[in-house]
Amino acid sequence: MSPIIKRKKEKHALPGKYLLFILTFVCTLLMVITICTDLLNRPINTVVGYVIVPFQQGIGRLGGWLSGRSEELVQIRTLLEENARLKEEIAALTEENTLLQQDKYELVSLRELVSLSEQYGEYTKIAARIIGRDSGNWFSAFTIDKGEDDGLAVNMNVIAGGGLVGRITAVGPNWARVTSIISDNSNVSGMTIATEDNLMVTGDLKLMAEGCITFSQLMDSNDRVVAGDKVVTSNISDKYLPNILIGYISSIEKDANNLTKSGLIIPAVDFEHLGEVLVITDMKQSVMDASQN
Amino acid sequence: MLRKFTVALLILICYVLQSSVFGGLTFGGIIPNLLVILTSSFGFMRGEKEGLFIGFFCGLLNDIFFGSFLGFYALVLMYIGYLNGKFSRIFYPEDIKLPIALIVTSDLSYGIICYVLSFMLRGRFQFTYYFAHVILPEALYTILITLLLYPILLKINQKLEAREKRREQKFV
Repeated sequence: MSPIIKRKKEKHALPGKYLLFILTFVCTLLMVITICTDLLNRPINTVVGYVIVPFQQGIGRLGGWLSGRSEELVQIRTLLEENARLKEEIAALTEENTLLQQDKYELVSLRELVSLSEQYGEYTKIAARIIGRDSGNWFSAFTIDKGEDDGLAVNMNVIAGGGLVGRITAVGPNWARVTSIISDNSNVSGMTIATEDNLMVTGDLKLMAEGCITFSQLMDSNDRVVAGDKVVTSNISDKYLPNILIGYISSIEKDANNLTKSGLIIPAVDFEHLGEVLVITDMKQSVMDASQN
Repeated sequence: MLRKFTVALLILICYVLQSSVFGGLTFGGIIPNLLVILTSSFGFMRGEKEGLFIGFFCGLLNDIFFGSFLGFYALVLMYIGYLNGKFSRIFYPEDIKLPIALIVTSDLSYGIICYVLSFMLRGRFQFTYYFAHVILPEALYTILITLLLYPILLKINQKLEAREKRREQKFV
């Protein structure tokens, strides 16, 4: 036997038990380090950013292309019947449109009334594409294809379609993780727009499938908040910018303590079909600083 | 060397597939757990040490992108890999029952551990609900994927083992 092979066997002689013990210790150490400091986040996020993210971007693009092709095939088959149906719909929609136009005028005037016309105009935004979703079934988070290099940072707010999606909880050089407000471990301080009552919006895994989130701790002693009320992020939240639309109250109940109320909110964003999101690069603090100056 | 490279590539492929493609192939919002399949099949095919390492790196990847802190999923998957490695002595490539049983048990215990550590400790006590709506569907979907993925992993492992044997004979 040659000495090279012999040496190789000696190198692998560490038994699995000890290895398990060592790695358990390493994991525990990692947990302690990441809970107590953010020492490790930067180098590790950078390394995986360059290894994994290009794959995800490629697959995302491939997936988009494939689904586009398969959609085309399906469309050709259903195109004819859809055409007939659409023509009927056009007639109905034209009628609806005129009604909506009237509503829009009303909406514009109402918005002016509550000075919400330039809702998010004052914030600078960056568009980003979603390239990966949470690989487990417990929480709702996703990664986007922009990161530190594009000026993103932890705690920046993410919106889509005019509503709040969540906030950034980790960044790498070319990726960032967004934890959405429907995730079970997410809490957002919100307020109703009509009465300016504060409430706490919490994600819930049980309701995720139904597309709802819960709210609680609503102090509404005069019973003025009703189902259908608009809920926005409150101005006392320390991570979310004020007046970003969260959703609409769908049901409301008095708590057992008879003081506060809780219920369900339907989010303004369709979390099932998110493709692109906007990241607001203004942070809560900087907005506060600007208003002080 | 080739083995390490192949395994690293497999981890990467499984992770990327799970976080992108399977996100669009959900049944009732449930994603199968490819990482558990990979960890536990290499565990019982190759033994404790390899299962342990693969579990550790799969989990670490998951931690970096979606964990709230590093080391949690790495620890869970590492133990799953190690315990599956205990069964490598009674594993035969021709038998499909043991792999399926092991992978399902692994996935169920993975789900239960995740529930206990990240949900029950936050006061969400409705175990039956979470079991019926998250843990069990995930395990069932994972079996389905196992039937497709496991033969591929077995083939890859057999190819690697045959190659290693040939090289060893060449040396001696």
